[in-house]
Amino acid sequence: MKEKDLLGLLHLSAEEIDEILSLGLEMKRRLKSGDKTGSALAGKSAVTLFYENSTRTRTSFELAAKFLGAQVVNIAASSSSVQKGETLVDTGKTLDAMKNDFIIIRHPMGGAPKLLAETVKAHVVNAGDGMNEHPTQALLDMLTMRENFGRIEGLKVAILGDIRHSRVAKSNLFGLKKLGAEVSMYAPRTLIPEGLDRMGAKICSSREEAVEGADVVMGLRIQLERQKGGNFPSLGEYAKYYGANEELMKYAKPGALVMHPGPVNRGVELTCGLIDGETSRIEEQVLSGVAVRMAVLSLLAKEETAC
Amino acid sequence: MLIKHAEIVLKNSVKVADLRVEQGRIARIGKDLRPKRDERVIEAEGLTVFPGLIDIHVHLREPGFERKEDIASGCRAAVKGGFTQICCMPNTEPVADNKVVISYIKNRAKEVNLCKVRPIGAITKGQKGEDLAPIGGMKAAGAVAISEDGKSVENSKLMANAMQYAADFGLKCLCHCEDASLVGGGVVNEGYFSTLTGLKGSLRAAEDIMIAREICLAESLNLPVHICHVSTYSGVQLIREAKARGVKVTAETCPHYFTLTDSAIQNFDTDTKVNPPLREEKDRLAVIEGLKDGTIDCIASDHAPHHRDDKNVEYDLAAFGISGLETSFALSYTQLVKGGALSLCGLAEKMSASPAAILSLEGGSLEEGAAADLTIVDLNEEWTVDPETFVSKGKNTPFKGRKLFGKVKYTVVDGEIKYEEER
Repeated sequence: MKEKDLLGLLHLSAEEIDEILSLGLEMKRRLKSGDKTGSALAGKSAVTLFYENSTRTRTSFELAAKFLGAQVVNIAASSSSVQKGETLVDTGKTLDAMKNDFIIIRHPMGGAPKLLAETVKAHVVNAGDGMNEHPTQALLDMLTMRENFGRIEGLKVAILGDIRHSRVAKSNLFGLKKLGAEVSMYAPRTLIPEGLDRMGAKICSSREEAVEGADVVMGLRIQLERQKGGNFPSLGEYAKYYGANEELMKYAKPGALVMHPGPVNRGVELTCGLIDGETSRIEEQVLSGVAVRMAVLSLLAKEETAC
Repeated sequence: MLIKHAEIVLKNSVKVADLRVEQGRIARIGKDLRPKRDERVIEAEGLTVFPGLIDIHVHLREPGFERKEDIASGCRAAVKGGFTQICCMPNTEPVADNKVVISYIKNRAKEVNLCKVRPIGAITKGQKGEDLAPIGGMKAAGAVAISEDGKSVENSKLMANAMQYAADFGLKCLCHCEDASLVGGGVVNEGYFSTLTGLKGSLRAAEDIMIAREICLAESLNLPVHICHVSTYSGVQLIREAKARGVKVTAETCPHYFTLTDSAIQNFDTDTKVNPPLREEKDRLAVIEGLKDGTIDCIASDHAPHHRDDKNVEYDLAAFGISGLETSFALSYTQLVKGGALSLCGLAEKMSASPAAILSLEGGSLEEGAAADLTIVDLNEEWTVDPETFVSKGKNTPFKGRKLFGKVKYTVVDGEIKYEEER
């Protein structure tokens, strides 16, 4: 990786993504064999600075850093404190003054990790910023795909769900396109923002069209607050007209993988049968997450020693 | 004072001549005027004299937000930018919704004694959209218009009443057009770049709906209305059609809307955050076309200075606005005159005659007997925008590093030189 920080996949090259995935696969093999002892971050410290609730991602980063030998501190800043308390720039300066090597940030507003990265000397890793990017989620999704198919190039990935509010959909789109996959998307029109086609996505007019011939069907979480915002009438109606079910999977390639970044609303984005089915990789994604974050952190640390 | 050999921008022509100022008025425009004893002579060969520029949409921040700007620093920025007359918006603290605040602004401006400052009063008390502000009292204290600034009066009946009541006092409503429910917290234009950045977008319709409403009210009531900072192609078209059927609507736009597009937001530079947001190329071109065909009457800077801390935050939290007084003329000249859309006379109309006419202000033309409000510029000088050289407290500009043509050399107000470029 060339930059100090990992802010998104938009500005990474295919080579950099490939480098992360290759190392991630190696990390995953080690984790699967029960080896949790790494030393790439020995003597280093990492802070997780989360302005949004998260269990999965924060824990995944914390374990990844610890498995590599780093000291880890968790800061949970409620999103309300963003508006009232210390500014992000000042918080960053404080954490920098404490000689932290990594700041892993999740923030409800797009661009916040970039602002932090410009302020601090520490490596900044974006753990999700507003509707912008969630690069490590997309990397772990791609790692899971590569592990299963041995490649990303030529895969057809269908993404269904709340595309508009999803940083996951965008990071996946950027990453998958760079590595030569096709990405198709479908959602209620209220949840499809403008311009995704110019970024390389195929915006479909039915879920069947989106899933046709897909190697991977990925559901994205539908949040109840989106329904309250008038984007669709009810979760039931969403599931009926937009969700993925066994019937829909007949349009995909036989044995197509079912994925979801979690947490899943069972029976909304995906039926229970798909979530718990044989081709589901939802649990596998979780371990990929730890592995790919180990890869990202060690590659960023490596750059530092090279300098 | 005698200005020699200048290129003089008259209403319909540009001619090289001398211009004499006496007792605060333009005494004479003619060839080969001889200096009188002790008369100051400005050798202006190669320079161009415009009628004093007028900006009907600025924020001076005083009282209340002196950290961002005050009347003194704002007026210094105005004269440095070539403006002899500015109209300041009421979103101060306290809000300029009564004669006391209006008088305070007038008095401070008089003490500062640089350009002419014409305050604009709020439409409703506290800009809350509930009760009409004392419009008569504000007019008596010197308000030249009323505006809710920064937002629309949501209640349409109240807005209709405001237009009617203000008309009794000869005042116009200047309308910031924004349907708040449709904006819904959006901070940039909704389109490709809002999706790319994940920043919350706001549809053109959010602006257009309110432009349309104000036009409908003005048409129904047969009263004039002025639309602030038009940014959308569709808004330009709404105004064009309204004018064609005789609605008394006037409109302004700002240099950023005919210079930039929303592609500027992709690095999350908070200096690009402005309301209404930067739009797309077709909007930018339509705004220029609107200026050309007269749909858009004038150019205003919407000078919105902010403290660095107000911008050095997450994009969503950053304040809206661009510090514009010191770049407005050069951007307009570079984009519109050098770009071939307007003649020099056309530019003078958009930046002086029209704004004067819209608010019935003095000035606006170079005529013998008129107030000697003059802006003297070197149109051939190229310079680079450096916010650190701004005299405004607001250094927030998305034009940092941009090369522009047109440098203000002297700004003359009522015959007195209020700004002279340092050599």
